[in-house]
Amino acid sequence: MKIKLWGVRGSVTTTGPETAFYGGNTSCVEVWEDGWQLVFDGGSGLQKLNAFYQPGSKRIDILLTHLHMDHIQGLGFFRALFDPGMEVHIWGPASSSQTLYARLSRYLSPPLFPVLIRELPCKLTLHEIANSSFTIGPFSIQSQYIIHPGPTVGFRVSTGKSVFTFIPDHEPALGEKAMTLDMKWLSGYDLAAGADLLLHDAQYTATEYKIKKGWGHSSINDAALFASMADVKHVLFAHHDPFRSDDQLNEIFTEFTNDHSYSFKNELAREGMEINLD
Amino acid sequence: MSAYDIEIILNRQLADCLSIPVFITDTNGNLIFYNEPAEGILGKRFEETGEMPVSEWSTEFKPVDVDGNVLPPEELPLVKTLRDASPYHKSFWIESLQGKNQEISVTSYPIIGRTGKMLGAVAIFWKSTGV
Repeated sequence: MKIKLWGVRGSVTTTGPETAFYGGNTSCVEVWEDGWQLVFDGGSGLQKLNAFYQPGSKRIDILLTHLHMDHIQGLGFFRALFDPGMEVHIWGPASSSQTLYARLSRYLSPPLFPVLIRELPCKLTLHEIANSSFTIGPFSIQSQYIIHPGPTVGFRVSTGKSVFTFIPDHEPALGEKAMTLDMKWLSGYDLAAGADLLLHDAQYTATEYKIKKGWGHSSINDAALFASMADVKHVLFAHHDPFRSDDQLNEIFTEFTNDHSYSFKNELAREGMEINLD
Repeated sequence: MSAYDIEIILNRQLADCLSIPVFITDTNGNLIFYNEPAEGILGKRFEETGEMPVSEWSTEFKPVDVDGNVLPPEELPLVKTLRDASPYHKSFWIESLQGKNQEISVTSYPIIGRTGKMLGAVAIFWKSTGV
């Protein structure tokens, strides 16, 4: 399984030289195996895939963790949706009140966007998922609701050879004793258990998290603890705060690694990073 | 080992922060969590007992009506919630740990997740104020 990160910034895109190294595009990760392509989240990083878009391709699957703007804003600018020969499958979390179509239409319609979702030329299929298991080509995928405001899922994708877990927005530490309990009480545990690679929310420092509890995101400390509890082999800290420069990220990560030591590999996610799990 | 659904996890985290007794069960009535104030009613500590099967924890209470008649389980709010997935409320008496009858009110509600599936139930115990 090959993985490429196209966007790892949280909340809103950033531009400028001060964030150029880790990147300013919001959530988007591409996964390849045996000619099948999955895209996790449709943040602004999705439009960077256009440069590598193969007009001969017949199908692409976009799996959305949730519908906050930084996870869908790239959809309207993704070439595949405007290709009549393309089969596009969008998978997103079910809500108890509105369909996925209705919720996506709130963005893909005027005044926010000039084209209506029903006018998109591609062959579009929407799939509502919850605590679900399904397969796409060589991929076995598990989705589960996790702690984040609004219907939000994380994904565990397996090829039989390797496992990648994608949880870019997650607050498993919500609650007084959330991270000191056994795994049965840990949000996202089933998705991450024993994964070869985990991409996880780490927007805040531990100090910042104290005043941002309930916002739906994690400190780098809690992300590492979560990875440790789930016994993952490699973790990428992502959803970088949009107010954070590359220098500040490096400073925070250096301070964190000086104070903590883990048996698994851990590093900051960076736009453009490629990882081969096989 | 599988983790609980987040609706259950979040209910536990909420209960953990409250100063009123809260019991959380799965759909079979097994007690999967009770908070510190509830430990005072049960006379046990969650850290020591862990989860308790329904056959064990349901015998810890002896609910009675105003005349001292034992209430059948099917009249208790939590049992009714587990039966038909609706919230219930009732005041009755239980024997306290000191052997004295104490009036309490119980409010129970079902935990029904986004998928519409019943995942468990919560019972909140209040010392009756007599109002």
